[in-house]
Amino acid sequence: MAVHKVLGIETEFGILHRNEGVSNPVAASSMIINSYVNGYLERRVGWDFEDEHPGVDARGFNEFDALAPEIETHLVNAVLTNGARYYVDHAHPELATPECTDAFQCTIYDRAAEEILIRSMDKANQLLPDGEELVIHKNNSDGKGNSYGCHENYLVDRNVPFGRIVLQVMPFFISRQIYCGAGKVGSEAAGLTHDEVPFQITQRADFFEEEVGLETTLKRPIINTRDEPHADSKRYRRLHVIVGDANMSEVQTYLKLGTTAIVLAMIDDDMAPSDCAFESPVRALRDVSYDIDLEGSYRLANGTTATALEVQWVYYTAAEQWADRHGFDVVGGEQVGADLMKRWASVLTALEDNPDSLADSIDWIAKRRLYEGFRSRHDVEWSDPRMAALDLQYHDLRPDKGLARRIGLARISNDAEVEVAISQPPPTTRAFFRGRCLEKYPDQIVAANWDSMVFDVGSDPLRRVPMLEPLRGTAAHVASLLDECDDAGELLRRLGA
Amino acid sequence: MAEREQKRRPTPRTEESEVDEAAPNEAGQELKAELDDLLDEIDGVLETNAEEFVKNYVQKGGQ
Repeated sequence: MAVHKVLGIETEFGILHRNEGVSNPVAASSMIINSYVNGYLERRVGWDFEDEHPGVDARGFNEFDALAPEIETHLVNAVLTNGARYYVDHAHPELATPECTDAFQCTIYDRAAEEILIRSMDKANQLLPDGEELVIHKNNSDGKGNSYGCHENYLVDRNVPFGRIVLQVMPFFISRQIYCGAGKVGSEAAGLTHDEVPFQITQRADFFEEEVGLETTLKRPIINTRDEPHADSKRYRRLHVIVGDANMSEVQTYLKLGTTAIVLAMIDDDMAPSDCAFESPVRALRDVSYDIDLEGSYRLANGTTATALEVQWVYYTAAEQWADRHGFDVVGGEQVGADLMKRWASVLTALEDNPDSLADSIDWIAKRRLYEGFRSRHDVEWSDPRMAALDLQYHDLRPDKGLARRIGLARISNDAEVEVAISQPPPTTRAFFRGRCLEKYPDQIVAANWDSMVFDVGSDPLRRVPMLEPLRGTAAHVASLLDECDDAGELLRRLGA
Repeated sequence: MAEREQKRRPTPRTEESEVDEAAPNEAGQELKAELDDLLDEIDGVLETNAEEFVKNYVQKGGQ
């Protein structure tokens, strides 16, 4: 039986400091986060790096330290009462949602993350001199060859051979781009011109050069092998997915997380297709992204050919069989599972028959409609700077400027749910314990990270509470205990910690 | 690979789903009708000096 697909999403946001002369993105990112933390939280609690090992490789060996992704421990790093981590990473503000138990819940937290960035931007700009402005974009590229990520994380069974995950999830990642892409004007891959790729399906495909590897900032691999489970490493892996785009469309975020969780559960249960491997995965990843008419047929390792849509239908059909046998418990239950399957089928059907009908729910199609309208109205080429400006502005989080918000994309969440998710943790994972403790005992918490919290309850030495099981510490487990304990010392005594 | 026809248009698993089948098309037509209004609006909010804005938009590479 598959392990529950606990999942989360982490987004590095683009940041621009306007009219400031020489922009310092690290300082600007710090200001964004500090403005939020100082403006909205009672007390800041820092991140604890004790258990971070981003250089450990899922294939079973450690790369040289010099190649490991750096962790910038001196930068701003905060934990929020909704269980999220909000920090500066690689000169970008980054927000990692709390751990969630299904795609619907996580989509609400992804939208809450946008709202947190909007409020941060608003607070920060109140502090800046007239004429200066910090602007945040939820995108993955500056159009000049610099990319930054939107990573998904999924809990998978440690007993599943990593090679099977690679074989079975790679074709899914390549083909899911057709409904996961956020769209982009032009290409940033070496040697390609605007004439060759005026517009493509994804922001990120240009930046992937390897099939499998540990890197995340150079020579990015389709399958990232970082083996840092943030949980009991004997039972779990955390699959760190770096190949996706940051979506403005909630429908896409929901579909991306939900279908990937289903496919990973199928892999845990050994019911995923294994005959869809692309002959040249890196090439196929890019070619699928460049093929906005969805007509391309790709050579598979077994000698046949298939379109991205056909590969998706193979996964969809296998998912139906998996669900018939196992149900949807591990992806959040029947309601969310059945809804995901229905939406998955309907988006594939619409992509085949009438892609433009998805202009209210798929970023790249919404963009294409808008950009083609703009081009014909103003008679401009794809290479015109106004097209690049439009393409940035689609992702602009300023409420009065952002185009994605203006075009009225379909929602998954509602405003009331998002408002709760801005300050309250999901009740169904250990994020509940983290977030509620931060809210209730902020002065007694020294530091927190994904799988532990460090308390200072006065006379005793600092006390670390391990949280190695992502589905422990939920509201069902600890809500009444937290209600009853006015002091963290009492809480720890009653937890037997 | 199985035959393509077998993969297409599978019957939805649940009959009583909440999602309105007609919604995407209706929404699509509404969107089309709104496109002109939208473009008017976008002309109003587009960065005034697009070339300058795009030129200054340089990010450090991230993950």
